Amino acid sequence: MISFTSFPSKPQATSYASSSQYGESKRDLMDIDDEDFESQGSKLTCPGDGHGTYIDDDEVIASVAGTIERVNKLITVRAIRSRYNPEVGDLVVGRITEVQPRRWKVDAHSRQDAVLMLSSVNLPGGVQRRKLESDELQMRGFFEEGDLLVAEVQAFFSDGAMSLHTRSLKYGKLRNGQLVVVPPILVRRLKSHFLTLPCGVDLILGLNGYIWVSKHVKESEQEGEEGFDAEAVYSNVNDDIDEPTRTAISRVTHIIRVLTSHFIPLSDTLLLEAYEWAVEHESDVRDLLQQDFGDALVSSVVSGK
Amino acid sequence: MASRVEILNEGGFRSDGRRQFELRSIEMDMSQQGHADGSAVITHGLTQVQVSVFGPREAKMRSQTIHDRANINVEISIAPFSTGDRRKRSRGDKRILEYAAAIKSTFEPAIQTSLYPRSQIDVFIQVIQQDGGLLQACINGTTLALMNAGVPMIDFICAVSGGVHSTHPLLDLTLLEENDVPNVTIAVMPKTQKVSLVTMETRLHVDRFEEVFRLATEAGLVLHEEMKSAVLGRAKELISSLDMGSNANRGGDVDDDGMTGFN
Repeated sequence: MISFTSFPSKPQATSYASSSQYGESKRDLMDIDDEDFESQGSKLTCPGDGHGTYIDDDEVIASVAGTIERVNKLITVRAIRSRYNPEVGDLVVGRITEVQPRRWKVDAHSRQDAVLMLSSVNLPGGVQRRKLESDELQMRGFFEEGDLLVAEVQAFFSDGAMSLHTRSLKYGKLRNGQLVVVPPILVRRLKSHFLTLPCGVDLILGLNGYIWVSKHVKESEQEGEEGFDAEAVYSNVNDDIDEPTRTAISRVTHIIRVLTSHFIPLSDTLLLEAYEWAVEHESDVRDLLQQDFGDALVSSVVSGK
Repeated sequence: MASRVEILNEGGFRSDGRRQFELRSIEMDMSQQGHADGSAVITHGLTQVQVSVFGPREAKMRSQTIHDRANINVEISIAPFSTGDRRKRSRGDKRILEYAAAIKSTFEPAIQTSLYPRSQIDVFIQVIQQDGGLLQACINGTTLALMNAGVPMIDFICAVSGGVHSTHPLLDLTLLEENDVPNVTIAVMPKTQKVSLVTMETRLHVDRFEEVFRLATEAGLVLHEEMKSAVLGRAKELISSLDMGSNANRGGDVDDDGMTGFN
């Protein structure tokens, strides 16, 4: 179906003639820089296949609007906005939607609900314990519909659904905080997705665009390997959160909303800068809800002052 | 004849001052609305439609999942204030359901649904103002919203309505013309020039049909240029703010994953 030639091949005359109508308007866009904001009708007459493309008559044509990425013969068009595309090892934040026999269904902002198997969670009484029938009967005791959790993508099923696991003490049920939903492209891969801001706020940046903002828990107070405390891990009750921490949490969530509404990718340095700017300039946390205040925040943070 | 509005006067102008083949002014707004994955507001003259796309996502009803491709779900609601006579239409209105079914079947060949087995793509259309050409506005708006949501598509779908006044073909009809003139709505995929929808609720002489069909297809290509520039404009806007953010992040903890486009 496709003819293979070495990569920077000359466009074939035939396909170019048929594409002249679109080729014209595309040229000037490509000249700006090496990006191609092409949506439909990208004419790349080199062989290859990739995501965000389809093949029609030996031509690779973009099927989404976005940036083109090339790795040798693999051409990918990455959509600017889309749902989360999971990869193994990604850290995600999700919400339980359903409890099924030996598994939970988790909404993770992806094209299908993720699956969390009973065998991929830590159960009370030690990590190495066998799953018992009694565990199956009390699954709602661990996670219930509506519970939020942080997990890692473990594998994929044949239909593309992802399977999650929480077999680490870093993962598990979430409490003491607030969820913010942002476009997944704005969460870049970082060295660590568990951030602690100096204002006493913990952040979990899920790669699926779900961000958990919560009260800071001291490392020493986190449940250790030996003292795996099921009560605490699967608890549904919030700790006491004092007034300044609540304010800090809502300030951070507002900042995230402001930045993402301006389509600025998030990172720890940027968030810190924005936080400091907000504390310095605001008279009240509510200021962040105002459009002009948000615009000022974004412009000052982006300009790097 | 003085009391009646002339569809096409002797000078070749229509009731709203347009020429025969002139389209109404188009406005396209693709900014983010609420939590929708993609949204668009499109205005054809005085017809205004807002479209929100959610998905692909897990189907709400198990019975609606298809094991090898995504299900497209289209829902239309018409605001009671959108027409001259204020009338409340229920969601079960036969006419609205028919529109929804037409839009669904128009987009089925264009969306690459096989990439998303067992998922659902929800398209919610809100009609804000209507002055003829409702179906074309819905289809064009849905195209933009789907692209905004990053749903993979084979091609744009551009729809235009056309009609014939005695022997003169007209394009992009207003409500007044639509009530008076036999009309068709045609949706084209510009790259291949395939037609994915032809619908007609009135009777039109078969000799006239070809001419209207050809004209509407051509007008679809004109619309395509407009829609393409709207999609690219939006993409450019988002990329530039992404770039700005990345530059601000430089020196931070960002893991450079070798994406050439962004650095």
